[in-house]
Amino acid sequence: MAANPMYQFNVYRIGPEIKINNIDISFTNASLFMVISSLAILIIFNLGTKRSIIPNKIQLLAELSYSFISKMISDTAGSKAKPYFSFIFSLFMFVLFCNMFGMIPYSFTVTSHIIVTFVLAAFIFIGVTIIGFIKHGLGYLKLFVPSGVPMVLLPLIVVIEIISYLSRPISLSVRLFANMMAGHTMMKVFGGFVVSLGIVGGWLPLGFSVALTGLEILVAFLQAYVFAILTCIYLNDALNLHH
Amino acid sequence: MLKKIIFQFLALSLIFTYSAQSAERGGMPQLNPEFWISQIFWLVLTFGLLFIILSKFILPKISNNLETRKSQILENIETADKQREETEKKVKEFDKIINDTKVEAKNFFNSERQKVLDDINNKRLSLEKDIEKEIIKAEEEIDQLKKTSQEKVTKIAIETSSDLVKQLIGEDINKSSLSAIVEDLSKKEMEKHNGI
Repeated sequence: MAANPMYQFNVYRIGPEIKINNIDISFTNASLFMVISSLAILIIFNLGTKRSIIPNKIQLLAELSYSFISKMISDTAGSKAKPYFSFIFSLFMFVLFCNMFGMIPYSFTVTSHIIVTFVLAAFIFIGVTIIGFIKHGLGYLKLFVPSGVPMVLLPLIVVIEIISYLSRPISLSVRLFANMMAGHTMMKVFGGFVVSLGIVGGWLPLGFSVALTGLEILVAFLQAYVFAILTCIYLNDALNLHH
Repeated sequence: MLKKIIFQFLALSLIFTYSAQSAERGGMPQLNPEFWISQIFWLVLTFGLLFIILSKFILPKISNNLETRKSQILENIETADKQREETEKKVKEFDKIINDTKVEAKNFFNSERQKVLDDINNKRLSLEKDIEKEIIKAEEEIDQLKKTSQEKVTKIAIETSSDLVKQLIGEDINKSSLSAIVEDLSKKEMEKHNGI
């Protein structure tokens, strides 16, 4: 049963079944890890708010991540994106912590579920679109009409632009979900090989497993970073209409 | 023999793994919509709470800390700059004082030396004057002595020559003619003596 590499993605109920108007909102292992990630973020960053001139380690961590994300936002979306700093910070930290908690053996990876990443991406997509229309009115539609394109090609370009714009939430969510799922599945498969090949042949997949763990930690960070930076880029499109 | 056993073991375990995995493969649990609503609900709840707490309570504190640190560092740098300027001023003042005292000491030394030199000079001058005076006096005395001595010498010469003549000839000679001769001789002698 444990040899199935997809088994780790199963969602199951923890505790009683909670139903509101016949809709199941029971507390599951996914909910548990969402709560654990959020609490971990809150505890770490709350410890990092001590008012001392020379920061201790946790304070340094909090302040470094603060300036890291602040720099990322100002680099990609400019100074106009400052009001959205808290959201992008929360988003990055949430995705990062969910990814990292998923690296603990026998834990659950929240971001390996398409529904979770899709809800996040759809929220970003809708929010960015609303911000764009509020800032530029109907002029936001100029986003689909790049300047300097010959008139003959314009109908084609506009269609392509619209499709690429609408596919943003899908690409954003599938990128994170697929990366997390593929990595964890691979690790599980190699782990299964280690067990089934035993002491004689298990050393090679074990080595692979070790290497993959390192790679997966990198991917966990990288995907959180990509998720946040793409959000910044979309926000940049909405705030500073370049096309 | 050993190779064969290992190979068989490997092949068997591979077959076993694949059969076990394919038997339990039931598709992706991600696409099972049973808990989708629950996941969305908990995601919105946890992420929403996380966002609210972070943006209302924690992030302002961190940014505040960073700002105060920045301003404090700037302030410290400013005070350090001020203090450095002050020390430079003090060092300059110190240098100036030392220079002044050096100049003063030199001046004092010079003036004192001048005084001493003047004193010495004055004393020497007065001494020289005294000496000159003494010399002049002595010369005068010598001159007088010379004069008187010459007269005396001529007188003595005249007397002795008259005595000699008296004893030789036995009669008095006219004193005036005798004195003329003596004077003439003594003049010649004096001239010879003085090298003229």
